[in-house]
Amino acid sequence: MYRYVFRRCLGALLVMWAVATLVFFMLRVVPGDPFAAMTFDAGDAQSIAALKDKLGYGQPVVVQYGKWLWHAVQGDLGNSIYGSRVPVNGMIAEAFPRTLSLATLSFLLALVIAIPAGLIAATRRNTPLDHGVTLVAFLGLSMPDFWLAILLIIFFAAGLQWLPAIGYAPLSDGFWPWLSHLIIPAVAAGTAFSAIIARMLRSALIEVLQTDYMRTARAKGLGARALLLGQALPNALIPVITVMGIAFALLMSSTVIVENVCAIKGLGRLLIQSILNRDYPAVQGAILVVSAIFVFSNLAVDLLYGLIDPRIRYVK
Amino acid sequence: MAALLEIRDLGVEFRTPAGVVKAVNGVSFDVGRGEVVALVGESGSGKSVTALSVLQLIAQPPGRIAGGRVLFEGCDLLALDEAAIRHVRGRRIAMVFQEPMTSLNPVLSIGRQMTEALRLHLGLSAAAARQRAVALLDQVGIAEPQRRLRQYPHQLSGGMRQRVMIAMALSCEPELIIADEPTTALDVTIQAQILEIMQDLCRRLGVALLIITHNLGIVARYADRVNVMYAGRIVESGPAAALYRRPAHPYTVGLLNSVPRLDRPRGRPLEPIPGSPPDLHLLPAGCAFAPRCSLAEAPCRIAPPPLRALGDGQASACFEVERLLAGVPA
Repeated sequence: MYRYVFRRCLGALLVMWAVATLVFFMLRVVPGDPFAAMTFDAGDAQSIAALKDKLGYGQPVVVQYGKWLWHAVQGDLGNSIYGSRVPVNGMIAEAFPRTLSLATLSFLLALVIAIPAGLIAATRRNTPLDHGVTLVAFLGLSMPDFWLAILLIIFFAAGLQWLPAIGYAPLSDGFWPWLSHLIIPAVAAGTAFSAIIARMLRSALIEVLQTDYMRTARAKGLGARALLLGQALPNALIPVITVMGIAFALLMSSTVIVENVCAIKGLGRLLIQSILNRDYPAVQGAILVVSAIFVFSNLAVDLLYGLIDPRIRYVK
Repeated sequence: MAALLEIRDLGVEFRTPAGVVKAVNGVSFDVGRGEVVALVGESGSGKSVTALSVLQLIAQPPGRIAGGRVLFEGCDLLALDEAAIRHVRGRRIAMVFQEPMTSLNPVLSIGRQMTEALRLHLGLSAAAARQRAVALLDQVGIAEPQRRLRQYPHQLSGGMRQRVMIAMALSCEPELIIADEPTTALDVTIQAQILEIMQDLCRRLGVALLIITHNLGIVARYADRVNVMYAGRIVESGPAAALYRRPAHPYTVGLLNSVPRLDRPRGRPLEPIPGSPPDLHLLPAGCAFAPRCSLAEAPCRIAPPPLRALGDGQASACFEVERLLAGVPA
């Protein structure tokens, strides 16, 4: 088990390195020179070169890469090339809790809706209730999250004035300010995932409910609740957990648009702004964090499998 | 005294895209206390559906009980609601299923699956249920029961899983165990062990046993009485010994002739029944076996023959039974 986790962690680091390297060189290839932009495209070649030298980008790209990697391994992701040259570590440290709060809340919200919905749809298969759940799920799936966010803002923030429209409040400001700022973006970002998880759970449960062991359990005299929650659900959750892992990783990295609509300066927004500005170290740092989230969510899912399915044991 | 289980004129239908299928059509038979009764037939003959109907375990829809009664100590099980039938399931009538590989929940420990019914029906504490589970596993011949309780189904062999199923079925001291093809999925050597255990325990504990099987060898060795099913009907019934000595339905004769036997000359070819079982969507108006029967006459094709008593507890649903018994080759 520990060896397995160790091996997987090594693999994760390898993936992160590969992603970082790819991003590093791709960034240099894409058109748009931040240094030219910083001189307002008015600078001559000489002053641009001087600026590059000053910021440490005058050397060959390979040397820059080596330096960046050397510092990154030690936990230093460099400084932004703009303004007061804020450390990237600080930028991420500021953005990460926001995205983590948003993603966690969206994820929990998605589960709280999806699991009962999936259970109901599967057990009341082909009834109006099932069709209703399916319809709502498709609605949720086909609504773009930014549009849903705008609707929610119009209705709950501008109209009813129950919730703040935009922005973020850290947990240190109190629970309600924190939560109230996150409800709209969390609903907007979580709805689609909720729909996916509900649909997955429904189909997995329908399959499980027809198995021989469910018949055995029924023949034992178990009641509906024990059958569904005690016998069927643990089996049905196995495929659903994969989707949940992906959902969480996606929520951590792809709430870009919702973060923009709701003006939350999270990772997604940091990433977008850095890319638009060609702020090399910031992009690399943000991508590194996102790739870490991905590989480690996957690892968490695989370990969860082992907990829920005794047939999977990581012995090697 | 009335029998423990009396099935009377049971009919079960399934709605399929091709129409309604009568999987079980007017089946009646009894199981007495402590008796071992076999229900024999090919796949699709309706024997498993009959067994599942007893505890209302047919999925409805697409299945539907079309008629009849299943009396258990005089109480009609088909009339019970879900809450009431649950007190019968596992407690008074237990089941052992065909596929030990898939009949146990793969993600729950053996201990959890064994103690569930004990705690539910007998109200035992977790510790007491566990203790009883250990004793039960010991009874069905599983070594190191303590350790096995902590294991999961995939860590047990097929034979062992079926022993667990039997232990589970016995756990609440039911009056009847319905075993649906209990040994079909097992190796021949294991089959005998499992059946010996089942027979031995049922005899000792006075539990009646209804064995659903297509294996006539099992019937000959273990059953007191036999009911032969074909296309949803019982075509012959009687004491096991009589049925072997003097089969009274051409289908039973065909079944016996198609089984290899050691008391026949070597090299003699088996005599399979010509044709194949009927499509239940398109049952003939008369005897369902008539298209495959060499004795069939005109009346056989008009109406299905009723089950008629022949004496000695034997009964046959064949118009031509006299010719059959007189030795006209089937």
